[in-house]
Amino acid sequence: MTDKLVQPFSQKRTAELAENLSAGGEVKGRSLWADARRRFVANRAAMASVVVLVLIFAFSLFGDHVTQFDNETIDWDVMGSVKELGAPSLTNGHWFGFDESGRDLYARVVQGSRISLSVGLVGAFIAVMVGTLYGSVAGFVGGRVDGVMMRLVDIFMSIPYMFVLILLLVVFGRSISMLFVGIGLTAWLDMSRIVRGQTLSLKNREFVEAAVAIGVPTHRIILRHIVPNLLGVVVVYATLLVPQMILTESFISFLGLGVQEPDTSWGALISEGVKSMNYGTLWQLAFPLCFFVITIFCFFFIGDGLRDALDPKDR
Amino acid sequence: MFNFILRRVAVAIPTLLILLVASFWLMQTAPGGPFTSERPLPQQVLDNINAKYGLDDPLWKQLWNYLVGIATEFDFGPSYKYKDRTVNDIIAQGFPVTLTYGIISFLVAVIVGGALGVAAAIRQNSWLDYFAVGVTIGAQVLPNFVMGPILILVFTLWLGWLPGGGWNGGQWQHIIMPVIALSTSYMASIARLTRSSMLEVLRSNFIRTARAKGLPDRTIILRHALKPSLLPVISYLGPAFVGMVTGSFIIDAIFGTGGIGYFYVNSAFNRDYAVMMGLTILLGSMTILFNMVIDILYAWIDPKIRL
Amino acid sequence: MTFSTKALLLASAVSLAAPAFAAGTHPVTGEPLADDQTFTYRVLDEHTSVDPQIVEDVTGSEIVRDLFEGLYNQDAEGNLEPGVALSHTVNEDNTVYTFTLRPDAKWSDGKTVTAGDFVYAWRRLADPATASAYQWYVEVMNLKNAGPVMAGEMGLEELGVRAIDDTTLEVTLENPMPYFALTTTHTSTFPAPAWAIEAHGPDWIKPGNIVVNGAYTLTEHVPNERSVRERNPMYWNNDATIIDKVVALVINDENVALTRYFAGELDRTEIPAGQYPSLKGSNPEEATVFPRLCSYYYTINMSDSAPEFLKDVRVRQALSLAVNRDIIVEKVLQGGQTAAYTFTPGATANFQVPAVEYAGMTQAERNARAAELLSEAGYDKSNPLEIDLIYNTSEAHKKVAIAIAQMWKQTLGVKVTMSNQEWKTFLETRGNQDYQIARAGWCGDYNEASTFLDLVQSGSGYNDAKYASAEVDALLAEAKTMADPQANYTKIEEIIAVDMPLIPIYHYAGNFMIATDLENWPVKNVEQNWYSRNLYKIAE
Repeated sequence: MTDKLVQPFSQKRTAELAENLSAGGEVKGRSLWADARRRFVANRAAMASVVVLVLIFAFSLFGDHVTQFDNETIDWDVMGSVKELGAPSLTNGHWFGFDESGRDLYARVVQGSRISLSVGLVGAFIAVMVGTLYGSVAGFVGGRVDGVMMRLVDIFMSIPYMFVLILLLVVFGRSISMLFVGIGLTAWLDMSRIVRGQTLSLKNREFVEAAVAIGVPTHRIILRHIVPNLLGVVVVYATLLVPQMILTESFISFLGLGVQEPDTSWGALISEGVKSMNYGTLWQLAFPLCFFVITIFCFFFIGDGLRDALDPKDR
Repeated sequence: MFNFILRRVAVAIPTLLILLVASFWLMQTAPGGPFTSERPLPQQVLDNINAKYGLDDPLWKQLWNYLVGIATEFDFGPSYKYKDRTVNDIIAQGFPVTLTYGIISFLVAVIVGGALGVAAAIRQNSWLDYFAVGVTIGAQVLPNFVMGPILILVFTLWLGWLPGGGWNGGQWQHIIMPVIALSTSYMASIARLTRSSMLEVLRSNFIRTARAKGLPDRTIILRHALKPSLLPVISYLGPAFVGMVTGSFIIDAIFGTGGIGYFYVNSAFNRDYAVMMGLTILLGSMTILFNMVIDILYAWIDPKIRL
Repeated sequence: MTFSTKALLLASAVSLAAPAFAAGTHPVTGEPLADDQTFTYRVLDEHTSVDPQIVEDVTGSEIVRDLFEGLYNQDAEGNLEPGVALSHTVNEDNTVYTFTLRPDAKWSDGKTVTAGDFVYAWRRLADPATASAYQWYVEVMNLKNAGPVMAGEMGLEELGVRAIDDTTLEVTLENPMPYFALTTTHTSTFPAPAWAIEAHGPDWIKPGNIVVNGAYTLTEHVPNERSVRERNPMYWNNDATIIDKVVALVINDENVALTRYFAGELDRTEIPAGQYPSLKGSNPEEATVFPRLCSYYYTINMSDSAPEFLKDVRVRQALSLAVNRDIIVEKVLQGGQTAAYTFTPGATANFQVPAVEYAGMTQAERNARAAELLSEAGYDKSNPLEIDLIYNTSEAHKKVAIAIAQMWKQTLGVKVTMSNQEWKTFLETRGNQDYQIARAGWCGDYNEASTFLDLVQSGSGYNDAKYASAEVDALLAEAKTMADPQANYTKIEEIIAVDMPLIPIYHYAGNFMIATDLENWPVKNVEQNWYSRNLYKIAE
């Protein structure tokens, strides 16, 4: 940290202005990203997380090819005495043991990972895209537009999002796409407020004022000058968002409004596991929770790594 | 400032109205009604009940009567499910409970989370930083429906220190576990946000200038860095506060605290229209109020922002 | 009238020996009693009301039975025992019942409980203005002019109930009904204090306002947290009451409730599905199981909107035969439930379970027969049957559905799409015959087989299968007036077992953890009508 602080002041200032004001920014843009990649690769924790996360994705996509069991077939001999016979075992091929109904937990975790990761990524993607654009437009344009846009957000936010989600799932029936959209659309509100707040303070910075002064069109200023400068906050928030989406899904599963049997998700597996955690079948909680925790750790480390790498002020 | 508040209040009323109409409409669209039951009621009985509650009126009239009731008598209507109490009773009973543990959780989350975040940022890459990051991630990954039962298992069954639930008029022993279960994930988010925005501020030019001037670290952090680094955190406080007050469903369900979170979510499942709308108005106005406070805070911290 | 003589004896012994337990022993059994006679139990959900004519849920009814007392109570076996009524006489054709009330029954404010209080309560129940969800109960009771009074076409005073004097209540029925007295244990029929209701309006049941005639009065109610009832000193049999205070705690999660039970915070809680065997092993004296008067079944849509294949009797039979009930009972639920091949539970009074054909087969034979029937109907592994199964959101229903879906898949190659729906959506879907196969459960309203078999009557509002059989309807109608309807019930069950409008799966059992110091839980009362005043806690 200290060595970053002693970088020459004027050089950075100039570089930043040049970057921001440059009309042929694409060439410079590429160098910005190349630069970021170089620094990201140097971050060991982040790189390790990427590796682990890739492994988890691979597990969720291909994990079912290495087991002879599927996620729905019940072993009638084990059912009913899962506590005694259903523990994880390397010898019988049930590496993660059995779930409460006598089904192979490994196959269920694989399939649950698939659902949870997609809900997390798709939900966060929707939220980030909508929230960033909405928030930066509102913050930058300001005035009446900002007022209307933010009152709209207030209206949306005044309905607790969990409640909206429950109502949506109740009214429009239950489907995985409804989950994606519902979870994503209820989470962009926070994002938009944060982005707006940042935009408001960015707006008065010299480089934006300079851009306005030389007549760069508004949409261009937002996309080229505001949004890239928001990246740090957006990335940090997005990394909080993916696990939050996964958590939201688990809450919905806890209410019984999640994916339908025999499909499952981490949330559903964890909430089943927690119900029986005191009855001697702790592995039913441990395995899904493990994947859940590791994934979130990875997202957090990657988020931090990205922030450090992308932060234009750090060059 | 005064004008700003006035403007916001003027907007708040239509906001609440839109909110109310939208949720009323959504509820009416949902299959089943408040008196759908496993043993379908004879038409005769259903008619009596509908007549009693005015549910045989056209929808616009029901909504109108409801609004008139609120405006003239501050009467939020009856509960169709819990027949011996009104929505006013439910709010009077449950809201203080939710507010109590909600506010305590909020304070805990802000104070502990903020302190952790600042400490981690100042000592970046030290053991303190790793510890804080580890703790916050740990706190954030445990969903509260996992943490709740674990807390009860540990503190009630194994250690026998705390009662396993209930509210009991708000005795402190009954508040501890709900607060822990509710505040930790928000605390973690606040800590992470504070850390990252603090780091950003510490690298900014004016801090470098301050350092170049040779100001002591303490002065730099307290006088210059803290305020601007709270900006993104403050944006998060609004949603966090509302989340803590409304997201208390799980807390109420697990700890049997009797707060409004449980009533709220269940009112959707029960199609208890009046309860749902009453609580929507209550929580909606809380949200609007809180967002207003946040905006004022924002302007106070960053004078460049005009209200 | 068949009172349990044992109960009568016990009641009189208790009242004679009443002064004895100042010394801290139980007056009849002589067990040492605990100093703290507080009974704390878990309830799943907040009660709907404690107004006897308004209450509509089980939790609320349990409280109402403590707060109010009707004409008759149930003893530990479910037989009638005197409540406010000491006895009754019936005219020859079973249409006029005359009840003699005890003169010493008092309301908690000191007023005497009179026949007029019952008349007021029953009229209040029938009154359209009350808008009770149980208004139809006056029709179940068969009171004279119930229909027109309910519809508001006749004045309330036309209802077939009147007070001859303070201690004599005369009830006139529309049609002869030999078992009328059984209906008076229902909470809707409990007396109500007109003066309190007039003074406080709907707030009359709030602590402080409430006037009761039962063994307890409501002293505290925190919605969704707890309700507390404490001994009512004006209760006529207060001397025989041992439990001083009853606390109902709302705990939504059954696993959390069990943890709190083990921490000593509760005296009674439900055992989560599947946990009975291990709890029986670790806490043999506390894990309690007993039969209930309820059936769990899957109803099959046979209405006009149903898909063609469900109208094929072979498909329905195959689906039923392929369900291995023993696995459901022994491996999924493991809580003393019994496999069901007939709709009516064996625990029903005066009912012999008929030996329907498929009940006697082994599961292998059933599976073979099922596969045969399904291929006759034109389905096999290459042309698999695809069906939708819906159930309402609940851990136990989910486990049953998962198992049955697999049984159908593994034995018949049927592709099952499961969906769970939240309660109201589920009821709406099922009630509108917008389903193929749906989970259902039914608990008897009274302890007689017709409370179950009426469901397959073609006009029944609860007949979600929309099953219609003229033969069944005729048998049911005939059974109403028969002295011993068993022959008809047997025939109906046999017809159901062939037509298979519903797949009986199991008959419920109650699964409780009951603290070792809590005594006298009425495990033999299949309707689980329990009264706190019959319980007591022994010193340990």
